[in-house]
Amino acid sequence: MNAFWIILTGSLVATCCSLLGCFLILRRMAMVGDAISHAVLPGIVIAFMLTGSRDTIPMLIGAGLLGVLTTFLIEFFHRYARVQADAAIGVTFTWLFAIGIILISVFAGQVDLDQDCVLYGEIAYVPLDLIITKGGLSMGPRTVWMLALVTLLIGAFIVLGYKELFLTTFDPAFAAAIGISTTLWYYLLMGAVSLTTVASFESVGAILVVAFLVAPPATSYLLTDDFKNMLGISVLLGIIASFAGYYLAVWLDGSIAGAIATVTGIEFLLAFLFSPTHGKLRRQKRVQMVGH
Amino acid sequence: MILQVENPVVEVHDLTVSYDRKPVLWGIDLTLPAGALVGVIGPNGAGKSTLIKAMMNLLPVSSGYVRIFDQPLKQVYSRISYVPQRESVDWDFPASVFDVVLMGRYGQLGLFKRPRKADKDAAMEALEKVGMQGFANRQISQLSGGQQQRVFLARALAQNADVYFMDEPFAGVDIATETAIIQLLRLMRDQGKTVIVVHHDLQSASEYFDWVVLLNMRLVASGPTEQVLNQELLEQTYGGKLTLLSKVGDLLRKQEFPAREKS
Repeated sequence: MNAFWIILTGSLVATCCSLLGCFLILRRMAMVGDAISHAVLPGIVIAFMLTGSRDTIPMLIGAGLLGVLTTFLIEFFHRYARVQADAAIGVTFTWLFAIGIILISVFAGQVDLDQDCVLYGEIAYVPLDLIITKGGLSMGPRTVWMLALVTLLIGAFIVLGYKELFLTTFDPAFAAAIGISTTLWYYLLMGAVSLTTVASFESVGAILVVAFLVAPPATSYLLTDDFKNMLGISVLLGIIASFAGYYLAVWLDGSIAGAIATVTGIEFLLAFLFSPTHGKLRRQKRVQMVGH
Repeated sequence: MILQVENPVVEVHDLTVSYDRKPVLWGIDLTLPAGALVGVIGPNGAGKSTLIKAMMNLLPVSSGYVRIFDQPLKQVYSRISYVPQRESVDWDFPASVFDVVLMGRYGQLGLFKRPRKADKDAAMEALEKVGMQGFANRQISQLSGGQQQRVFLARALAQNADVYFMDEPFAGVDIATETAIIQLLRLMRDQGKTVIVVHHDLQSASEYFDWVVLLNMRLVASGPTEQVLNQELLEQTYGGKLTLLSKVGDLLRKQEFPAREKS
């Protein structure tokens, strides 16, 4: 049963992250997920200090606010200070993450938190935190319920806003000319990335969130030329990685999150070599056939 | 020579645009007539693209305003279309030709609505107008420069707008595409649409446009082509560069100046 809950958790995170990641990599903003997942640290610490508890809700609110602040700062530095987008991302999240570390170290005695838990998470503990009804019936892990809700929200967001997200990603100038607000859709997308990151990192850790945001979309970009297929294939790749990664970790007796992230990297390598449209080996073969 | 018209389609009043507090357009005041094929002409860095972007509210303006059909832009989005410069998008994007043309319908559809059959028909019809119906399912990365430009034009046509802003639609396209595009623009003008085109080639300008706007950071002239495209106004627009060029041309013609040194 534990295996089922862990793989389900991984798959839910993979679904949200892969869907949003497709938009991020095409906007050349893949590292925004990385930024948000680190920059939420001060938000979590401040939420903890204000409420004095480690309840999920205040943590999510604190982290979510910092996530939105991060995207705002990135856009602000990029647009008004005219710094390159990647430099703006780098400056913003290292600074916020550093503030989080200072807060933890200054209030070390009072804060029952550590940065390792934020960065690496521990997916293996997911099945331990169960929701149990008054009748004593176990409803399954709390994290799974929360992630299921987030996945539904993200799915609905992408289905309902599909054409605006697609157009503002491909050609923002045309979108603005026909009256579709590029700023609004930028912040909605970044809000969705914040929500996903914050909801996921507690269970799976920041590193796996970043891996899911970038690797499956990049892999599926190599496998298809159609955007809707790209969304579908990247979700599928994320879910396959959750399964394969779990069993790899069991076999190696190692970190589950690490193994899952490793599998996403292997998927990318395979697509890079063997993709029917973009693959390096395939292309060589085709050239040889023409040559003969 | 700046001619103002009655009942203009586009009215630009005292428009100033700056980048980093450095003005790139100064006090532009012009009106454009309905049913005209308008060329915006000037040297590199004259602010031609900036002017049409500012007209569509894509850039923040320092002062002045733009009215289209005597209304603020926000009320007439559905009647305006835009053909951006071809290089402004990533042509490796995972999308088909049809996906891109269908984007022309997104503005009218509104939030949460998916394209219906009528929208798909309009997109297909627009592709036929530019002679690209056979390419509907083609991946956009496989198109040539001229085909990319036709796809962008089809996307604007699918919108069925009344005013079209086009940024260098003739830049880097083959001669067949250039001819096809200009025929299409003339057809649109004859149907009463107003087409505003940023253009850099003086030679073809007099042949293509009914109305010409000469621009070099400030407005030099705006009026019917035959009244605007004369030596004096062109020199004002291009400064000394044009006279230098025409002198070199004269010299070459008189053979006083060898085109290539003899070895």
